[in-house]
Amino acid sequence: MKLVIHGLVQRFPDPGRPGGTATVLDHLELVTGDIRALVLVGPSGGGKSTLLRILAGLDVPAAGSVAFDGVPLPRDEAGLRGYRRTVGTVFQAYNLFPHLTAMENLLLPLVHVHGLTPAEAAERVRGPLARFRLEAHAHKRPAELSGGQKQRIAILRALVVQPRRLFLDEPTSALDPEMSAEVLDMIGELREAGTQFILVTHEMGFARRVADEIAFIADGRAVAHGPAAELFAGCTEPRVRRFLERIPAP
Amino acid sequence: MPRWLAHTVVVALLVAGVALAFARVDYAWNWAGVWEYRWKFLQGWLTTVGVSLAALLASIAIGAVAALMLRSRSALAAAAARVYVELIRGTPLLVQLLIGFYVVAAAVRLEDRYVVGVLVLALFSGAYMAEIFRGGLDAIPRAQIDSARSIGLTPWQSLRLVVLPQAVRIVLPSVAGQLVSLIKDSSLLSVIAISEFTLNAQEVNSFTYSTLESYLPLAIGYLALTLPLSALSRWLERRFKYEAA
Repeated sequence: MKLVIHGLVQRFPDPGRPGGTATVLDHLELVTGDIRALVLVGPSGGGKSTLLRILAGLDVPAAGSVAFDGVPLPRDEAGLRGYRRTVGTVFQAYNLFPHLTAMENLLLPLVHVHGLTPAEAAERVRGPLARFRLEAHAHKRPAELSGGQKQRIAILRALVVQPRRLFLDEPTSALDPEMSAEVLDMIGELREAGTQFILVTHEMGFARRVADEIAFIADGRAVAHGPAAELFAGCTEPRVRRFLERIPAP
Repeated sequence: MPRWLAHTVVVALLVAGVALAFARVDYAWNWAGVWEYRWKFLQGWLTTVGVSLAALLASIAIGAVAALMLRSRSALAAAAARVYVELIRGTPLLVQLLIGFYVVAAAVRLEDRYVVGVLVLALFSGAYMAEIFRGGLDAIPRAQIDSARSIGLTPWQSLRLVVLPQAVRIVLPSVAGQLVSLIKDSSLLSVIAISEFTLNAQEVNSFTYSTLESYLPLAIGYLALTLPLSALSRWLERRFKYEAA
């Protein structure tokens, strides 16, 4: 995928000032090469998640343009819904529907959005469930699953519709280190298999390992951006250096 | 102690206590006089069942529409629903019935008092339903709506497949309580001369001067409706039960 972003602006009502707005993305510019994995890093509140929501087709920016492989994102809700059906998104938590079992969560988009029969859908998810060693949990409700299992099922749900790419918004930040590792391993495996994704994470070691390119987002802009190795080795921007230096070397 | 035994013990103690109280008052029972009017009781009870059932279904529909309006992005729709809810909840049903029947229904030449009675009762109960439903919808985390949108569901699919199944479980106990109230509130329809259970019991009392014999069957008749409703609600709660994740 080649991502081109020009002049992207997003504003939200400012909770601190009634009637005022806060600018979360401030004329953000970002042009990537033809890559498979882009990782967005940076301080909390810098605009990473807001950017990801726009890329995933969940929010419409106030101004600016976004294009994947030369195709601009639609701006109307019907067009965006069509777009969302071609990609997969995983949030920090509460992805799964608690009244459905893991299996029913996986089947829901296949049956109700992509028009498969329940039998076809069940056939479609069997392989991926086995591949990620989750068959034993298929009949469980989310409340009976661990945090790591929930996130892996959520990633699987995004994956079984065969999306063009995945958007992952801090998928491990609500998990303990052991569960994080199991989810990161799954993402790493997908990376090896050629799945394209854009990931927001604070796991800098992991970012460095899987990213083709890393963009450092702060104050609503892409402050620094480049191939992972270059950014870690050669970035001179002081704020980025400080951020990266907190991370132990691999 | 098993639950059925606990229930039996409590009910037995209650019956014994009430029986003791009745035994101590010097009261000349006249069941024979009231028995004459058994068909009148039955007719009134059936009217109460019919009126309550119609108002119950209508109040759920009204409450659902008003709840959606309360959450609507249209300021006008939200304001209309808010005024409706506050006006109805803030005034006595008695006044609403009298104005509804003698003013509003008369003005639009709606003469069937049963239709008016059901409508007023449904509007009354619908205002409470609206707040219950709104609370249920508000309790669904934002992330659930985001997840539903992210997999490509339409707003209607998201409501039907994701929001409602979770909201139903949340609102069920409150809705059941509101329905029990509605059945008992239907007794006020007697003020616009609807021949329901309470009015008929009052009439039997005035014919026979047997107050307790007229009103005790009334209590039992209402319990015969409300207890199964509570039981149904508890059964549904168990069916919809899942632990929140």
